[in-house]
Amino acid sequence: MPFKPRTAVLSAAVIAFAAASGSAFAQKTYDTGASDTEIKIGNIIPYSGPASAYGSIGKTEAAYFRMINDQGGINGRKVNFITYDDAYSPPKAVEQVRKLVESDEVLVVFNPLGTPSNTAIQKYLNSKKIPQLFVATGATKWNDPKNFPWTIGWQPSYQSEAQIYAKWLMKEKPDAKVAILYQNDDFGKDYLKGTKDGLGAKGASMIILEESYEISEPTIDSHIVKIKAANPDVLLIYATPKFAAQTIKKTAELGWKPLQIVTNVSISVGSVMQPAGFENAQGVFSAAYAKDGSDPQWNNDPGMKKWNEFLEKYMPGADKTESGLVYGYGAAQTLAKVLEMCGDDLTRANVMKRAASLKDFTPDTLLPGVKINTSATDFAPISQLQMMRFKGQKWELFGEIISGDVPAD
Amino acid sequence: MSAAEEVVTEAPAVEAVPKRAMTLGYGTSLVVLAALILTPLFVKNFVIFQMTMLLIYALAVLALNILTGGSGQFSLGQSAFYAIGAYVTAILMEHFNVNYALTLPVAGVVCFGAGFLFGQPALRLSGIYLALATFALALAMPQLLKLGFLEHWTGGVQGLVVTKPDAPFGLPLSQDMWLYYFTLAVSIGIYVASVNLLRSRSGRALMSIRDNEIAASAMGVNVALYKTLAFGVSAGITGIAGGLGAIAVQFVAPDGYTITLAISLFVGMVVGGVGWLPGSIVGSAFIIFVPNIAEGISKGLSGAVFGVLLFLVIYLVPHGARQVALIAQQLAAKLKKN
Repeated sequence: MPFKPRTAVLSAAVIAFAAASGSAFAQKTYDTGASDTEIKIGNIIPYSGPASAYGSIGKTEAAYFRMINDQGGINGRKVNFITYDDAYSPPKAVEQVRKLVESDEVLVVFNPLGTPSNTAIQKYLNSKKIPQLFVATGATKWNDPKNFPWTIGWQPSYQSEAQIYAKWLMKEKPDAKVAILYQNDDFGKDYLKGTKDGLGAKGASMIILEESYEISEPTIDSHIVKIKAANPDVLLIYATPKFAAQTIKKTAELGWKPLQIVTNVSISVGSVMQPAGFENAQGVFSAAYAKDGSDPQWNNDPGMKKWNEFLEKYMPGADKTESGLVYGYGAAQTLAKVLEMCGDDLTRANVMKRAASLKDFTPDTLLPGVKINTSATDFAPISQLQMMRFKGQKWELFGEIISGDVPAD
Repeated sequence: MSAAEEVVTEAPAVEAVPKRAMTLGYGTSLVVLAALILTPLFVKNFVIFQMTMLLIYALAVLALNILTGGSGQFSLGQSAFYAIGAYVTAILMEHFNVNYALTLPVAGVVCFGAGFLFGQPALRLSGIYLALATFALALAMPQLLKLGFLEHWTGGVQGLVVTKPDAPFGLPLSQDMWLYYFTLAVSIGIYVASVNLLRSRSGRALMSIRDNEIAASAMGVNVALYKTLAFGVSAGITGIAGGLGAIAVQFVAPDGYTITLAISLFVGMVVGGVGWLPGSIVGSAFIIFVPNIAEGISKGLSGAVFGVLLFLVIYLVPHGARQVALIAQQLAAKLKKN
């Protein structure tokens, strides 16, 4: 290895020079990936494979930063948004993130999608002290600043959403007999834990049945029949879209009308409510934190007007019912805000510090009243939702914004 | 399965020069080896990581090549054995603190056992039916890994995070570089062993089964035993590749070992040339780098671009890298004559 020592000496010299010149201009400090003219942001998302529907998030974010650059960039610097396909495969995610970090030399990795992919890259990014900013997954474990100070979430965690349902039930129906149907994986179990935490010791007796199903089951009809036999009057549906639709349909077929709450993951009108049958879905409850791009009630909303203008100019022809367009816009706007707050101190440590000090920030696409708040001990930016009820062919929001903060472990 | 049928009908042509057709000449081998040894000294850690994955997938493709090119059996279930190997390594390293190097033989043996056992019922199936049975195995594997009673060991959906080993004896190598040379050593060992296996009596028995089962049994070859052995050996090598993959990626999760992986390995084998062991590394390069190239051409249509590129390869050089190598060899011979 005759090459190594020489490289080491050389790089030491470069670092020393950089440090010296850095102190000469004290105001402007940069880490790899940032300069006077450019900020490099890396992203991975599935553009192909089983979860390729999420690709619209990456495309929206890329378009958002094109808009930012057309408007002069952030503090005069253009954003270079580099996004790669990980096909929802953890090994591919590791390869692509290493490419972003070691070959493209990005400042931060932003909004990588999926719990498995994020778990695969978390250790690597944290050991290299590179921000894993605003991950696109609802697992609760991203809010762990003590063990993973370089990883921060964005959307409400499954647990905080479940807590909100529990709080709402305690208030509206304190004598409820609750049955919980959940998917037997980390997604379903997060919801189960959140519900129990939310109900607390006092409400624990409200749960009369916990029923789990496997994602591999073709249908969950038998589970519904079993649940009905226990005769609960509230059914919490912690299921992915296909199973949520089956549940809503089956309960109606059985002529059974419990109070039903379905997770925010399965609120799509097109892929859940319509297949379940609009007449069967009347009165089903859920919660939301973002506005629905296809809902006419936001036509005069200033935030959604901006979103519409953005889509027309930068993503013409995009399907506005795709929730990824709302999601990507909100996440990208949060990152733009953080970079703006960083000013001329574009170090990774400062980006992380700013991301963890957002106060009442409101992206255009979030529901009125939902605010992003973070602190050195709170790495869960969005933790508020609003209850809604399905009526006619769309969701109707009601009540006030409820907060479901889950403390970091 | 037209590719599959073609191989079967194509077989006599391979048989004509079985020994040479399996390997590269000495000179070429040395050049490739030198390139594999020297390149990491000049490139970034990320490229070294990619090269490590290249070798790992090459091992898995090689294993499939022994099964299909050697004994003529088809498998779309290699991802299952890869997953078992990866999990054995990960569980031994994380739950039992076993040294990473020692976990590989264990992964190999466990997968050999699994493959051998799976080979028993597979004996009754042939051709596309066997491909379908193994396909089912690959489909079931991610679900099996999520099973509740295994969750304590496998970590369920969350998977397991694996610690990357440092270079031993205080060698001044980065983790990536050490792992690369470690993988290279393992790969060379397995490659040499595989070439020798196919050149041995057992190898000839396997190839005779591939070419004509009835004739083989008439010559006294224990068809059932050799077919299951081929399955076992192939699974064992795939398991070792899986174990190395787990160490390189530092993470195992059911989502990493879906049917997509099995199909990628199959594509790699066809592109590299069925039955031509050195082609494995070409096939592996195809499944690692071509999706990246496709993505560079078009993000939204990367899958379609990959399909077009694959189609071109199959159409222009149906026997994959082996055909290219043969053409190159003929050209070289002509130049020498002139």
